[in-house]
Amino acid sequence: MAFFSFLNNTFLKMTWLNELVGKLVSDVFNISLESQLGASLQFFIYDVIKIFILLSVLIFTVSYIQSYFPPERTRKILGRYKGFTANLLGALLGTVTPFCSCSSIPLFIGFTSAGLPIGVTFSFLISSPLVDLASVILLASIFNWRIALAYVVVGVFLAVISGTIISKLKMEDQVASFIYKNSGMPELELEELTFRDRIETSIAGVKEIVQKVWLYVLIGVGIGALIHNVIPESFITAVLGVDKWYSVPLATLVGVPMYADIFGTLPIAEALVSKGVGIGTALSFMMAVTALSLPSIVMLKKVVKNKLLAVFIGLVVTGIIIIGLLFNQFAFYLI
Amino acid sequence: MIIKILGSGCNNCVRLEANARKAAEELGITAEFVKVKDMADIAAYGVMRTPGLVVDEKVVSFGKVLSPEDIKPLIVK
Repeated sequence: MAFFSFLNNTFLKMTWLNELVGKLVSDVFNISLESQLGASLQFFIYDVIKIFILLSVLIFTVSYIQSYFPPERTRKILGRYKGFTANLLGALLGTVTPFCSCSSIPLFIGFTSAGLPIGVTFSFLISSPLVDLASVILLASIFNWRIALAYVVVGVFLAVISGTIISKLKMEDQVASFIYKNSGMPELELEELTFRDRIETSIAGVKEIVQKVWLYVLIGVGIGALIHNVIPESFITAVLGVDKWYSVPLATLVGVPMYADIFGTLPIAEALVSKGVGIGTALSFMMAVTALSLPSIVMLKKVVKNKLLAVFIGLVVTGIIIIGLLFNQFAFYLI
Repeated sequence: MIIKILGSGCNNCVRLEANARKAAEELGITAEFVKVKDMADIAAYGVMRTPGLVVDEKVVSFGKVLSPEDIKPLIVK
């Protein structure tokens, strides 16, 4: 156990880095760590370096695993199962299939026109951005393993339940009509990847994601540093404190339209929790930001009709609020 | 030769098109470049991951940005 916590502190939490940055701020910059500026600087520099190190290592590993699960293969696997099993597999495969929001529409069309039930496709579309392997490790780094595991379980659960309900509602007619016209969509042959191909893809993946998210990370950590050290705790707990029943719905509704990356939202969630905001409230905010965003809703609207879109948003929002309330209620088991 | 770039206009599609143009230029091939941005049209090619590269109506690559060197063998007839 001591060995595990040593590994955890060294590689995940990087406590040594925090101390190093603390020395840099106090000895080189000559700013006291007790001061607002010093503490903010320490948090900012430490968090930015830590997130970029973890991000690079994680994206590399995750891209490597993902190279075994292209969406073409996922579609084939899912086609063999029915009912609840298909929804569960859809949600689980969503966590390992490479996914970028700009591909969500061709993916939706590809799955649907191949005859996969809409509910299964939605299970996949919900879990894919929400429960990303890299984000789970980051959650473990910032909070702890219990919270990270609980996050995976509720995320997959949300994806399975929402997809199952959409299946039960029989909404196949709620899909834009051109999709079924594509039912003769050609199945492309997948090339065999060599070890070198996979390594190259993984390195390209790291570059691409770092390019895409670095700004969100800087902004996220910046806001986190402000919350940490400048904005008074009394102000934050007055609005988002655990004792306020509306804190979870409020955090969720604020998060829904926002488009940001999970790596950018984690430092904000971290800072909020350190200021007395409930872990459930912070997680609701994070889940809402990653699962739904205005751009993704606008894109989805091109392929599904309003009723299905409303059901999808309604289910996800309700689910996130319930999850947040539960996490706040049972936080003492997790922290 | 008609070379189509499938993609909604994201960064990767722009890079892929630039690489394809470079490959064609270096080989001395005159090709017509077409951008396919409509999602339904992209899906009709069977492509679920953008950007996609289509040479004379045949999908030759999808889901990655090929370098000019990788594109060359795909457009040489």
